[in-house]
Amino acid sequence: MNANSKRMVLLRQGLLAVGLLVLVMPAVAAAQEAATEGYLPTIVKQSWSFAGPFGKFDKAQLQRGYKVYKEVCANCHSMKFVAFRNLSDEGGPGFTEDQVKTLAAGYKVQDGPNDAGDMFDRPGKPSDHFPSPFANEKAARAANGGGLPPDMSVLAKARSDEKRFPQWLFNAVLQYQEYGPDYIYNLITSYGKEPPVGVTCPTGNYNPAFIGTTPCLAMPQPIQDGSVTYDDGTKPTIDNYARDVSAFLMWTAEPKLEERKETGLKVIIFLIVLASLLYFTKRRVWSNVAH
Amino acid sequence: MQGHSTYTPGTAFERWLDRRLPIVGLVHSSFVSFPTPKNLNYFWTFGAILSAMLVWQILTGIMLAMHYTPNDALAFASVEHIMRDVNYGWLLRYGHANGASMFFIAVYVHMFRGLYYGSYKEPREVLWLLGMIIFLLMMATGFMGYVLPWGQMSFWGATVITSLFGAIPVVGQSIVTWLWGGFSVGDPTLNRFFSLHYLLPFMIAGVVVLHVWALHVVGQNNPTGVEPKSTEDTVPFTPYATLKDIFATSVFFVFFAWFIFYIPNYLGDPDNYVEANRLATPAHIVPEWYFLPFYAILRSIPDKLGGVICMFGAIVMLFAVPWLDTSKVRSANYRPLYRWFFWILVIVAIGLGWLGAQEPKDWYVFISRLLTAYYFIHFLVILPLLGLIETPKPLPPSISEAVLAKTGQQAHA
Repeated sequence: MNANSKRMVLLRQGLLAVGLLVLVMPAVAAAQEAATEGYLPTIVKQSWSFAGPFGKFDKAQLQRGYKVYKEVCANCHSMKFVAFRNLSDEGGPGFTEDQVKTLAAGYKVQDGPNDAGDMFDRPGKPSDHFPSPFANEKAARAANGGGLPPDMSVLAKARSDEKRFPQWLFNAVLQYQEYGPDYIYNLITSYGKEPPVGVTCPTGNYNPAFIGTTPCLAMPQPIQDGSVTYDDGTKPTIDNYARDVSAFLMWTAEPKLEERKETGLKVIIFLIVLASLLYFTKRRVWSNVAH
Repeated sequence: MQGHSTYTPGTAFERWLDRRLPIVGLVHSSFVSFPTPKNLNYFWTFGAILSAMLVWQILTGIMLAMHYTPNDALAFASVEHIMRDVNYGWLLRYGHANGASMFFIAVYVHMFRGLYYGSYKEPREVLWLLGMIIFLLMMATGFMGYVLPWGQMSFWGATVITSLFGAIPVVGQSIVTWLWGGFSVGDPTLNRFFSLHYLLPFMIAGVVVLHVWALHVVGQNNPTGVEPKSTEDTVPFTPYATLKDIFATSVFFVFFAWFIFYIPNYLGDPDNYVEANRLATPAHIVPEWYFLPFYAILRSIPDKLGGVICMFGAIVMLFAVPWLDTSKVRSANYRPLYRWFFWILVIVAIGLGWLGAQEPKDWYVFISRLLTAYYFIHFLVILPLLGLIETPKPLPPSISEAVLAKTGQQAHA
């Protein structure tokens, strides 16, 4: 073996070692974190009609989810970026325009000032946004023991579990974008569980799905079996409420989801056809050149 | 360089124009007859992909600016307005946000291509320097663009990065106040970032023109690193390179479309869907993925000023690469040692990127320091030394002969 090839062997081994280190690091890190930090939220993936490249919202589910939001969540959570008219938009819960008019009129909306300079309440119109339950952040905190109920407009896109290697690679390939509704579903259904020995929540409520540094959150269990009456015969259980309202909140966060996925399919098919034609043209043009 | 054909004005109008402004001839010699080495591989299509991305970002950006409001009380709501009420607003915004990531993916491939094939070496030093200026402008543009949606990560990312200038002795805090236009990141900061975010892409476009100009003076490098010796070695840019570039760009856009249409929020941070709140600091403040290697370098240094110097140094050092590399051989294909160190550098850069996303604690910090040290050693020690000790493989006499050696057997069989 001459000096040069020895050097190569050493180099090759060094490179292999560095490569292995980089590959193994994330796995070791994950294991270590789980061992030392103790608390990691438990979030079980659910199956959703709107997942995947052909995903569509289930209109009946969104209507049920709206009912749950309106009768339960809306007591504390605002949804300021969503307008009543959106409820009849394409790709949404599929209410008719008349239904939306009636439904909006059921809300009291503050308007004004009028000619006398006073603010006044009037029935809602489809163009109004959902009114917020509290006048401001201070009022919301005062009514909720210091906790601030987050606005629900884009909540389903504002929560995610840690994207660990190699899971985040699979997420890209498998188009996993449903961590928000998965989280909301798990959070609502994970109340009332017995905390493990040594875990207590001096302030707040124990919930092993909560994304935070501890499994304790300010919100008490928001809903019980039977809290909301469903009109379509769906069983009035916490599980169904959680599933329906999670789907509804995915829609409020991403109202153009169906349009996006449909457009995407057309665009990608077009691009693949274009790329194939270009490929053969390019081959033809280059066929007389050795390269 | 020797051209394949020259432009001769055909019509009377072209002759008239050519005597006053020879612009058609300029375009012809730059994009039609421009001699292109015939052995370029697909890594050479990223220049075209980057041009396409720049155009895409400017077009979507201009349309977004028509609907966006740069005001700390209204910015977040105006982005939601774009997503909900503007026709195809979701496409503009997701296309622009993911477009930034695609831009950086392409630029990193483009830069590593340059490092592997020694594309920065004599006479292409100025070409490389102009490319580095574009990279710096891109980083500034990307950083300021990320602040505009005014989510939590926008606000806190801006706070962390602008605060870095506070590490400068004596005048640091004054500089930070000057950058912010106040005593914290706020409405004046958002306004100037919007203004600059709109300005910088046009500066990038300007430097791109210089970059292409420099390229067309010295000609393209190629996988052998041997300059073209005759017209045998080259093909005219059109139709050969044009078609290959358009094909590669359309494949790249399939990849891009996957992100826009199916996983638009994959590369973003969920915290940026929470409106900026100066009273609530997020648990982990993480920059966009394309800054993570530099962020890891920043955090690996225990001293704030030292960290800032190392982070900016890691970028500024790249300007000196043409002079740090002492080897006369361009392509790593003929440099048996450098080739290995190149791939180690790639792994180290990815490793630093991964570490930049982790919390800086325990052994992460140690590994970050190790990789940071290696990153600097690669450029400051290994690169200059390799050129002196390495025995390169014999270079092919010309591009044509290299191609013949590769495809000859097939041709004669």
